Amino acid sequence: MNKRPLIIGNAQAFWGDSPGAAAQLIQKQPDLNFLTLDYLAEVSLSIMAIQKDKDPSLGYAPDFIEVVKSLIPFWKKGLKFKIVTNAGGLNPEKCAETCLKVLQEEQCSKSIGIVHGDDVLESLKKDPTNQFFANLETTKALSTILPNLVTANAYLGADGIAELLTKGADLVITGRVADPSLTVGPCLAHFSWSSTDYDKIAGATIAGHLIECGTQATGGFCSHWMELKKTDQLGFPFVILEEDGSFVITKPKGTGGEVSIETVKEQLLYEIGDPDNYLSPDVSVSFLSLKLEKTKTNHIRVVDAKGKAPPPTYKVSATYRDGFRADGFLTLFGHHAAEKAKRTGQILFKKLEGVNAKPEKALIECLGTGDSVPGVFSNTHLSELKECVLRVAVFDHKKEIVERFTKEIAPLITSGPQGITGYTAGRPKVRPVFSYWPCLIPRSNVSQKTTLLTGFQK
Amino acid sequence: MSKTKITLRDIAYGRSGDKGSSANIGIIAYTQDGYEFLEKFLTKERVGTYFKSLKPQNTVRYELPNLIAFNFLLYGILAGGGSRSLRIDSQGKVLAQALLEMPVEISKELLPLCLRKRENT
Repeated sequence: MNKRPLIIGNAQAFWGDSPGAAAQLIQKQPDLNFLTLDYLAEVSLSIMAIQKDKDPSLGYAPDFIEVVKSLIPFWKKGLKFKIVTNAGGLNPEKCAETCLKVLQEEQCSKSIGIVHGDDVLESLKKDPTNQFFANLETTKALSTILPNLVTANAYLGADGIAELLTKGADLVITGRVADPSLTVGPCLAHFSWSSTDYDKIAGATIAGHLIECGTQATGGFCSHWMELKKTDQLGFPFVILEEDGSFVITKPKGTGGEVSIETVKEQLLYEIGDPDNYLSPDVSVSFLSLKLEKTKTNHIRVVDAKGKAPPPTYKVSATYRDGFRADGFLTLFGHHAAEKAKRTGQILFKKLEGVNAKPEKALIECLGTGDSVPGVFSNTHLSELKECVLRVAVFDHKKEIVERFTKEIAPLITSGPQGITGYTAGRPKVRPVFSYWPCLIPRSNVSQKTTLLTGFQK
Repeated sequence: MSKTKITLRDIAYGRSGDKGSSANIGIIAYTQDGYEFLEKFLTKERVGTYFKSLKPQNTVRYELPNLIAFNFLLYGILAGGGSRSLRIDSQGKVLAQALLEMPVEISKELLPLCLRKRENT
């Protein structure tokens, strides 16, 4: 049977993205079937873990509740769009409960689906020498950091989302799921694809990969950004997906930015590894057969994705406590600006050594001289530079060492060179470091569950 | 054939980001001729050497001829990456811009065939 195409947008690329984007996208594109909202970067869950530790009712992205509030007027007007989001973080149950309450207060009747089971912290803790749990990058055993482990979440796939949508969920809230699965889930439910329709799922996975970073698909971050129009009003992206897994990516009419062969190619390559083997829990995708075609202005059609069976394991994103860090900035101006910046940084660390507070790791960057990529560019015109930003950063396992560092920056204003400014932000903050521990887990060790909370009768 | 000096951004564009403590740089040629030139010129060795001060452990190049593009993976280039790296660019967001500044020598005859044509975008 020929099913109508599915229109899926993204209005949240990360926790902290524009809070008004969802309402804006819906207003400009009222025929949207699904809105996907991504809140979880690699270490976002460790921030949620700290919040949940302090208050067990937290641990999700509270910004999402505000987004839901902003969308209620559109549902009340009769729009039917649904939401799929990983805003649940470490506490999808509480997130869903809060959401339902907000909706009920506004007499907005919605069913909310919850995907849980991604939290595998206990499984990891129980078996720290299991080779699946060894760090994928360093091959170190989990036992080496076990006492410091904070979170461990498996990247679940689209099946739980699809199941809940089939049962009638209007909003699906998950913890950690693979970003493209937020898009694949609605496709599985709508097109009734089987879990082995790998080429079709590959197409939807690529669609999800393209929109998951929001405006990065519509001109944001692109090489030709300076040529774009209305960059203050970049449109968020949406895809029009066909039953065969092909799709068109575009943005609402009248919005700023551009959806072109160039912006789409750039985003296709964003944060990928082997393009013949892009791994997700739903499918392993090859980009090597993809074809891109411009069908009209700001409309790029993407066809011929190829997929094969996904890995038998889930990827796990774990985080562990790993010391403390801080970074501070000062601006140097005038003759010898770069040299002054460097020497100011050097005397700061000499002072710290003098008081037995030498940090385990310390870095001096003279920003303006090419130090974002230290050593790549030769600085032949350094002496001509009249302005330079000094950035100093330290790491230590001991908090007091990092604290001492933050207290030695301000004294440089009266003891450093002339032309020093930019200190009004005050002492830099000491931040705990949560390092990333990527590993795997056999699917059989993960028990994914779904729950449907129904609102009052429609 | 006489040669001329350009920078990589004259014939290609790109985007970079992080994967743990490694980074990837996608580099896309403007034209098929440019892609074929870069296939020989922009080797993993040349890219690894260009970034040697950032100490990548290993550099891998993947080819995407269907998109006239390359994906470079620079393992361990981010000094810990994410929340761990002390660098201002802990996530490798600027690496594509840095690579696009690479000096390139190309024949004067070939160069016009490698330049951006707005109608192809």
